[in-house]
Amino acid sequence: MEIVLSAAIGILAASGTWLLLRPRTFQVIVGLCLLSYAVNLFIFSMGRLYVGAPPIMPKGGFVDPTIYADPVPQALVLTAIVISFATTALFLVVMIASRGFTGTDHVDGREGGQ
Amino acid sequence: MSHLVIAPILLPAVLAGLILLVARGIALQRLIALAGAAGFLALALLLAGRGGAPVAYHLGNWPAPFGIVLIADGLSVLMLLLLAVVALPVLVYTMASGWDARGRHFHALFLFLLAGLAGAFLTADAFNLFVFFELLLIASYGLMVHGGGAGRLRAGIQYVGFNLVGSTLFLFALATIYAVTGTLNMADLAQKWPLLPPGDQALARVAAVLLLMVFAVKGALVPLQFWLPGTYAAAPGPVAALFAIMTKVGAYAALRLGWLVFDAGPTAGMWAELLQPAALATLALGAVGVLGSRDLPRQAAFAAIGSMGLVFLCVAAATPGATVAALYYLIHSTLAGAALFLVADLAGRRGASGPVAALFMASAIAVAGLPPLSGFLGKILLLQALEAQAPLIWSAVLLASFLTILGFALTGSARFWKARGTAPTAAEPLALAATGLLLAGLVAMTLLAGPLTLWLKGVAEGLADPAPYIAATAPQSGG
Repeated sequence: MEIVLSAAIGILAASGTWLLLRPRTFQVIVGLCLLSYAVNLFIFSMGRLYVGAPPIMPKGGFVDPTIYADPVPQALVLTAIVISFATTALFLVVMIASRGFTGTDHVDGREGGQ
Repeated sequence: MSHLVIAPILLPAVLAGLILLVARGIALQRLIALAGAAGFLALALLLAGRGGAPVAYHLGNWPAPFGIVLIADGLSVLMLLLLAVVALPVLVYTMASGWDARGRHFHALFLFLLAGLAGAFLTADAFNLFVFFELLLIASYGLMVHGGGAGRLRAGIQYVGFNLVGSTLFLFALATIYAVTGTLNMADLAQKWPLLPPGDQALARVAAVLLLMVFAVKGALVPLQFWLPGTYAAAPGPVAALFAIMTKVGAYAALRLGWLVFDAGPTAGMWAELLQPAALATLALGAVGVLGSRDLPRQAAFAAIGSMGLVFLCVAAATPGATVAALYYLIHSTLAGAALFLVADLAGRRGASGPVAALFMASAIAVAGLPPLSGFLGKILLLQALEAQAPLIWSAVLLASFLTILGFALTGSARFWKARGTAPTAAEPLALAATGLLLAGLVAMTLLAGPLTLWLKGVAEGLADPAPYIAATAPQSGG
């Protein structure tokens, strides 16, 4: 499980980085999305990996720490997802506005070589 | 437990929401924004009046490290006060110049930016720091493209993109720190960091460097400064003036976490080692940029980069004396940089009239660090604090200052002395007064340099001795 998850994070981060370096705004935003998926998985896995272990205490308050998942990274990752969702939406707005003003979807606002 | 600590975050955030909900007309928006900025200044003064002892605020009364804690200590209060002192004249300038009417929601975004900055200065939790960074960045994205136009949006794309990658790096760093220590509360981190087992130390070092890179992006440290010149030059003048304090957030975070957490255990001395060459390169790039740019906003942007180089040079030295110099220069360069951006905006909109030329002269003297203004004192403090490495640092600082002076003299004579083209129109008196107010702050810094450095010494000692800060985080009975 560890190998599969770390490979997934690595592939997502690598593809995201490559797309970020591309000249079109669409590629950049897809790259940013992939990077944020990678970081979300990464935060999640930093609470260590458990199978079938709940993060929330049952009513009555008995907790056996050996069969419970760490709830903090799950809370952190929720925050991170919300924030990256908001910033991605905002970035899209700026991109669309820039496309309207400059007439191109190049990140420099003009086609290369001009 | 006093609720005063959270008030500087709540007041602008609530007023910003109020503007969005009820204030349709620009007059009402202006009134609410002015009340917000003035109230913010009052709150900062109240906090400063409490003295330097750290005061904690446990949100929801959850005990640390499980709940989120805000702490107002000497450094936080200093930064809040600086923010308030810059924000008020900039807001007055925006209203006088009519910039705020060129697009919607300027005042709401302005107040959200204040709330985000205040939160970043007050929080004592590393993940919460990330959240407030995002809050201030989202507000700044909106402010940056305020007024629209192709050039501004093009620079906006690069600014937003660069900072989104920075945020992703921030999350990677925080997750790694959580993985090795199991906490993100700063005081808790400070206690656990030196005791890391050897197996986790490599990961801890990676996390510390990632975090430093994030702060370097915010603080425009070479080689992560590429977003700054285009952004600051393309942003509306008053927004760029307000951004002058946004770069300082990077320096603040590096000072805070560098002293509290990362100068111990597996990462002792590591930030300093990485920061010093980067700061010297930043200083050089800023000076060459000032010499090489021909329009004022871009020149002011490069001057902002150069000033960050000086601040980070002192941060890297990591001694209390150097911290005093860093803080003094940080205050100075925020005020001077903001004034220079306002002057650049005045000259761009109204032409090179007499009063504008005089203001340019004064702010260029301040930014370049010539006597009689406080930049000169700041540089002397800095040179004294870094005396141990005099041959390298003194020559770099002095050479960079010389290039900066040369650059300003060149544009000054081309732009103001031999001004050609259309005749200048009279600038708005209130806009001139707001710019003058920032410069008056510099004069006050020069005249009151003695008491000010005494205060800063107290702040630096508070950083060097983290015990009260850590003790303040601990839950108090009867809260």
